[in-house]
Amino acid sequence: MAISLEDVEHVAKLARLALTDEEKETYRRQLSDVLEHAKTISETDTSGVAPTGHAVPLVNVFREDEERPSLPSDEAYANAPWAEPGGFKVPKII
Amino acid sequence: MDLHYTGAVELAKMIAAREVSAAEVTRALLSRIDSVEPAVKAFITTAPEEAGKAAELIDGRIAVGEQCGPFAGVPIAIKDVLSTRGFRTTCGSRILENYIPVYDATAVELVKSAGTVMLGKANMDEFAMGSSTENSYFGPTSNPWDLERVPGGSSGGSAAAVAAGEAPWALGSDTGGSIRQPAALCGIVGMKPTYGRVSRYGLVAFASSLDQVGPMARNVADCAALLGIIAGHDPCDSTSIETGAPDYSKALEGDVKGIRVGVVKELSSDGIDPGVLGSFKAAVEKLQAIGLECDEVSLPSFSNGLSAYYLIAPAEASSNLARFDGVRYGYRPEGEFADIWEMYDRVRSEGFGKEVKRRIMLGTYALSAGYFDQYYGQAQKVRTLIVQDYGRAWERFDVLVSPTSPSTAFKLGEKMDDPLTMYLSDICTIPVNLAGIPGISVPSGLVDGLPVGFQIMGPPLSEEKLLTVASALEREVGFEPRPPEGPLTGGKGGGA
Amino acid sequence: MMAYGTTIGLEIHVELATRSKMFCGCSTTFGSEPNTNTCPVCLGQPGSLPVANRAAIADTILLALAMNCAISEHSEFHRKNYFYPDMPKDFQISQYDVPLSHDGHLDVDMGDYVRTVGITRVHLEEDTGKSVHIGESGRIHGAEYSLEDFNRAGIPLAEIVSEPDIKSPDEARAFLQLLRSTIEYLEISDCKMEEGSLRCDANVSVSAGVGLGTKVEIKNMNSFRSLFRALNYEVERQKYALDNGQAIVQETRHWDDSAGKTHPLRSKEEAFDYRYFPEPDLAPIEPDLEWVEAIRARLPELPAKRLERFKREFGLSSEMASTLTGEKALADYYEEAVATGQNPEKLATWIAGDLTAMLKEASVPVSACPIRPQSLGELVALIDSKVLSGKMAKDVLKTAFETRRAPKEIVDEKGLSQIADVGELDMVVGEVISENPDAANDIKEGKEQALKFLMGQVMRLSKGKANPQIVQDLLKKQLNGEC
Repeated sequence: MAISLEDVEHVAKLARLALTDEEKETYRRQLSDVLEHAKTISETDTSGVAPTGHAVPLVNVFREDEERPSLPSDEAYANAPWAEPGGFKVPKII
Repeated sequence: MDLHYTGAVELAKMIAAREVSAAEVTRALLSRIDSVEPAVKAFITTAPEEAGKAAELIDGRIAVGEQCGPFAGVPIAIKDVLSTRGFRTTCGSRILENYIPVYDATAVELVKSAGTVMLGKANMDEFAMGSSTENSYFGPTSNPWDLERVPGGSSGGSAAAVAAGEAPWALGSDTGGSIRQPAALCGIVGMKPTYGRVSRYGLVAFASSLDQVGPMARNVADCAALLGIIAGHDPCDSTSIETGAPDYSKALEGDVKGIRVGVVKELSSDGIDPGVLGSFKAAVEKLQAIGLECDEVSLPSFSNGLSAYYLIAPAEASSNLARFDGVRYGYRPEGEFADIWEMYDRVRSEGFGKEVKRRIMLGTYALSAGYFDQYYGQAQKVRTLIVQDYGRAWERFDVLVSPTSPSTAFKLGEKMDDPLTMYLSDICTIPVNLAGIPGISVPSGLVDGLPVGFQIMGPPLSEEKLLTVASALEREVGFEPRPPEGPLTGGKGGGA
Repeated sequence: MMAYGTTIGLEIHVELATRSKMFCGCSTTFGSEPNTNTCPVCLGQPGSLPVANRAAIADTILLALAMNCAISEHSEFHRKNYFYPDMPKDFQISQYDVPLSHDGHLDVDMGDYVRTVGITRVHLEEDTGKSVHIGESGRIHGAEYSLEDFNRAGIPLAEIVSEPDIKSPDEARAFLQLLRSTIEYLEISDCKMEEGSLRCDANVSVSAGVGLGTKVEIKNMNSFRSLFRALNYEVERQKYALDNGQAIVQETRHWDDSAGKTHPLRSKEEAFDYRYFPEPDLAPIEPDLEWVEAIRARLPELPAKRLERFKREFGLSSEMASTLTGEKALADYYEEAVATGQNPEKLATWIAGDLTAMLKEASVPVSACPIRPQSLGELVALIDSKVLSGKMAKDVLKTAFETRRAPKEIVDEKGLSQIADVGELDMVVGEVISENPDAANDIKEGKEQALKFLMGQVMRLSKGKANPQIVQDLLKKQLNGEC
């Protein structure tokens, strides 16, 4: 299953990874290899089979609507690379 | 007696009986770490001060007759994928190089309450992605049995630390074999419990539907004891099994006669090194000799296991790792950014290593519009086929066995050029994660001086049966989990 | 002029007023200092895991039942993956192809017809954090940097998607008002558009013939008024385009309230491939019949039904019934007033009119109204028995509002009784006529204005207490009779 360079660029953008041209080509090749190997998956007959999302089937796992203590704000900001009292600081969005 | 090669359960007894103090034990281990770390490099961050203080505190409390937990004073290594409050947690990555969590993982809380003393955070493949620990930003770990070889991965640091006597036991994590395979390559015992048996709260997620925290130790009894500490329901983890955990130590002396063992055909022929296969078959014969009923079983869907895994795991990982964006924590490069989009790109491109980026790319692709059904969707269905295969097997067998790894430890750098070759290291262990069942690796012997692991698998929540069989095999094999001392200490001699 | 058809679909987000967030125990209190209601889970710290809030699920099911939806037997959370600084995990836990509920409807009373609006689905998701943009304008365009506050991240949101059954901005507004009332009756949200606990986006298309035209998404409508204005603008904009042979682009447009226009939103950098997949950290939801029925038992008489009943039982117009049933507390108040036995239409006028205006001006909610509903009954009785004129009653009501005293008490104390004694009034009327001969003559010549003037004089002399109807009758009688 060959992936195109365009596919690689599109995926890199979705994943927010900036790749060099060399990296793009390397990933293109490697990903194509893995997907080629994984072709057997698409050839397997799975008619009438439901997907397994959870290894141990659990349903209706809930918690009660009770307030629990939040982090003190110094802990919320503890690892923040850049923050002000008003919030975590980020460069402009537009 | 070498304290650093004394087992955890044994150490606990000695400390409780005041034959030795917690401080003494901790000093012995820290000294051992100093001695062999230059060769092994099992730790990313050691905690000598914290460990010393914790041990002292415990001694103080024991002196006045206070309860400090059933394993008070026993040192432990913790894979750096588990969140430790106030102590650096890197996941083997540059992106978390300076990250200090504000909370403890549940498994960490539990081992702390049991009285254990943390020696440090063990090295690992970045974000648990790898089978050799060569993908760590902090450099590779060496296999204590041959320093030019890998310890396996991704819990390579934990396995090596235990094998080299740097810790009596360790916590690891297993998504596709990351506890069992390094345990096999380093000649120790490692177990992946049933999915949901141990809380994942605080385990930095790789593949959410496959990850589990598990015990690693030099013998089955210690492994059972550590499992007992960390197993149980956690309301903070919605995938946590509700039923409480039994006393696993009781399983160690269980009767093995008549236990039906299925030898998985697809995992014990092609693609397995002859040496490994030989060791494996010898072990099966030993089991037969003590009364277990062994027979071959074919599980055809297994051949799809690798492919299904390498679609499901990266897909979930690509989503789990999106949070590493430089906003709330983690690496942020120097300099100005034109906008946040440039910041994201640079944080992630500079912060993540090659293998992580590769898997994020693969996973994003597998989930992307137009490909979901073909890849991720289909892989989840193949997973069901594997579960069904196992289901049929449990009707005839109590446990299934296979070699843990297709080869013994390979050389550092040997498989780094071709990801697919590396991925093949996991063919025996992956189906266990896909089905969510428990699996344990026990040493079956040495081949050319390198350890071989024997994998035992069972139905969901069959940890006790696995421990019974593992314990029996351990007795029959009589493996001495001590790598050659010389290279470890550079000829300087053993630890304290 | 072409005949155009308008098609509108709405997407509404409702912030549920649970005590704690959707997936963690942090408080949902509005207005706290930034990042003080956060924890490892809602900050998306590595290793944290979500656990679903049972009450939020129950509230969403309740909302779905109130809109006649079917509750799914099997439902799942999905991850919606995209990068944005207000996203703690850079994915949002939401629902995709197996939502909690589906296929409902709301009947909107438009006065002379009913518009049935289909509800495609009601599902549950978590809210994002809030960005504050720092720069000259405080808006996202031209900001130097932004500050992220995650207090709001993780608050449960119910999302309601309507079928494109709405045919005009009027209907859209009425629909949204009915929806807001319905939510208010259920007591599951503050549902205030200005505070962001009720948010609405619209899809609008205008077509010239058969078929739906091109769908345009409109965002940033932050009040009922701006919703109405925005939809009207957009419909006109599309009509104009069609009239002039211009193509309508399928896009997202942003409503600018001050400029009174929609304009295209500059597309986000992010490509919109959300790569939905089932959330592996959460178990599926399979509400059993018992639970759903227990939730159904919480349903009160809903606004649409109550409106119909008010029209039927009390003879009210659609408009009046709609106003009174818009807010549950007001409807309750009205019914208590009606229980006094006084005329329901008159009570409606007073409550929907003067009382509501006073409450609004004083910023007092109905639940804290200083006048008991029974007092409204008392007031109407006093008017009926001609003790008070309409105008006098207004003053009494005002005093009652300010002093919390019953109308009767106020009337007695101030000696406010209307003068209804014919004899007494006859004399005053006579006086006024004799003092104003010119006016009297004007009236005889048919000039109605002069009648008003004389009435005014009588009212002045009687210090406003004269019963106007009686005065009018007496004036006419005297002017026609005696002359």
